[in-house]
Amino acid sequence: MKRRTFLKAGLATGATAVAVNAGILVPNTVLAAWNEKAFASKTVDEGMTAVFGASNAADSADVKLKAPAIAENGAVVPVEVDASALKGVESIAVFAVKNPVPLACTAKFSGAGVGFTSVRLKMGETQDVVAVVKAGGKLYKAKSEVKVTIGGCGG
Amino acid sequence: MADISFRLKAENKGDAFEVKALFKHPMETGTRKNKATGEVFPADFINEVTAKVNGAPAMVAEWSGAVSQNPFLAFRVTGKAGDKVEVSCTSNKGDSGTQTVDLA
Repeated sequence: MKRRTFLKAGLATGATAVAVNAGILVPNTVLAAWNEKAFASKTVDEGMTAVFGASNAADSADVKLKAPAIAENGAVVPVEVDASALKGVESIAVFAVKNPVPLACTAKFSGAGVGFTSVRLKMGETQDVVAVVKAGGKLYKAKSEVKVTIGGCGG
Repeated sequence: MADISFRLKAENKGDAFEVKALFKHPMETGTRKNKATGEVFPADFINEVTAKVNGAPAMVAEWSGAVSQNPFLAFRVTGKAGDKVEVSCTSNKGDSGTQTVDLA
């Protein structure tokens, strides 16, 4: 009996290992539900649809986007989104419009999480930064232009 | 699967606590080329950061390679002093790291 369960378990793990080795399952997809489609999108609209399921967001003063007007170094552009003025914030997404993949980051909130996120982004050139917030089932956005004097994606 | 090291700090902002994390990571996008050889540096970036307060999920951040090298992340949670915040990160290569901090 014991031997039988042992064999079964061995077979199951063996099959997973084979799948990983064959590249069918990238370790990525096993560990996390990273939104691969959204992070492969080439336009803001595509990215928004992949993250939120819709791309029609209303401009709102309650989405407070803080980004520098002039960034001396495009490799480190601090961006802060504060949506705590809105009720029931579910998620925030930040787009750098002209980056190869505009979607830079998303944050989803639950429980004790407050609608606020602050990160530093890379930007290759002068462009708009757009923050999209989903609150109470609706989409809100704010936009800010960042002038980049030295690009951040040069190699 | 290497460990990702990072620092974690919590600060009382009055109506909420701000948790700041500073990760040590190259955040390679996968598009940058080595000028001398023309080879592309393989993608290696933190793509998921999760935060739990007293074991309950509070925030999940998903990142692309557009987040800067040695990334900084700040987020806010409600709670009281002494609550435990656990932050974990995972990279596209499967590297990961976990740290905890007490709200104070």
